[in-house]
Amino acid sequence: MIIYDLIFYLFAALTIVSAFFVVTLRNIVYSAFFLLFTFLGVTGLYVLLAADFIAIVQLVVYVGGILILLLFGVMLTNRITNVQVKSGTFQILPAVIGVGIFTGILVATMTNTKWRVLESEIPVTTVYNIGTLLLQDYVVVFELLGILLLVALIGAASMARR
Amino acid sequence: MSVPIEYYLLLSAFMFIVGVAGVLTRRNAIVVFMSVELMLNSANLTLITFSSFMGNPVGQLFVFFVMTVAAAEAAVGLAIIIALFRNKQTVNIDEINILKW
Repeated sequence: MIIYDLIFYLFAALTIVSAFFVVTLRNIVYSAFFLLFTFLGVTGLYVLLAADFIAIVQLVVYVGGILILLLFGVMLTNRITNVQVKSGTFQILPAVIGVGIFTGILVATMTNTKWRVLESEIPVTTVYNIGTLLLQDYVVVFELLGILLLVALIGAASMARR
Repeated sequence: MSVPIEYYLLLSAFMFIVGVAGVLTRRNAIVVFMSVELMLNSANLTLITFSSFMGNPVGQLFVFFVMTVAAAEAAVGLAIIIALFRNKQTVNIDEINILKW
């Protein structure tokens, strides 16, 4: 399965490199565009992990919704007249120390733990299983999420229009 | 699945760390927001990895829930940022101290 490995490394490189650029680039619009490539890379990894429904939802919700919302935020909060879409950094030293410790803990945990892995067969479509679970075992969570989205919609509208 | 599970987990760990670094170091509230989205995505990737490697679809269901909450968070967060910009004319988080006494 050399093709699978190659595609994995391609999407992994796309994801991690563009995530790095999201955080380091000084122009916010470029950051938003690299966030698009990160989302696309994660979508490819979902497809490789045989999560077809979640991959499509990722594409629709993140790329189609959240990213456009972020671009609107960039447009509305930066004065277009004096082109000030750049932003600096601060607190470099505490961030380096904290991130270093956190990296050590996380990498040690991920590599030293003996993960239980089942040998999976040919992946089938997951929509049937997700739908069954969503409307049988987790139906209360489903309804609560509907209410949460309604509350968030009303709250965002009332906050943004003053 | 010829790629072992540790590769996926390490990838999402590094993505999370990049997000943490962005939250800690950037000054613009919108970039902090993007870094939070990166962290949410890496947690989702971990959930999908476990779900796929253990053959259990509940992990994918939880990713669906996380995405819903992330969408609500994005809408409310950007509304807050826009309201803040209207009041203070800046979105740099080190210049905003109206909640500080």
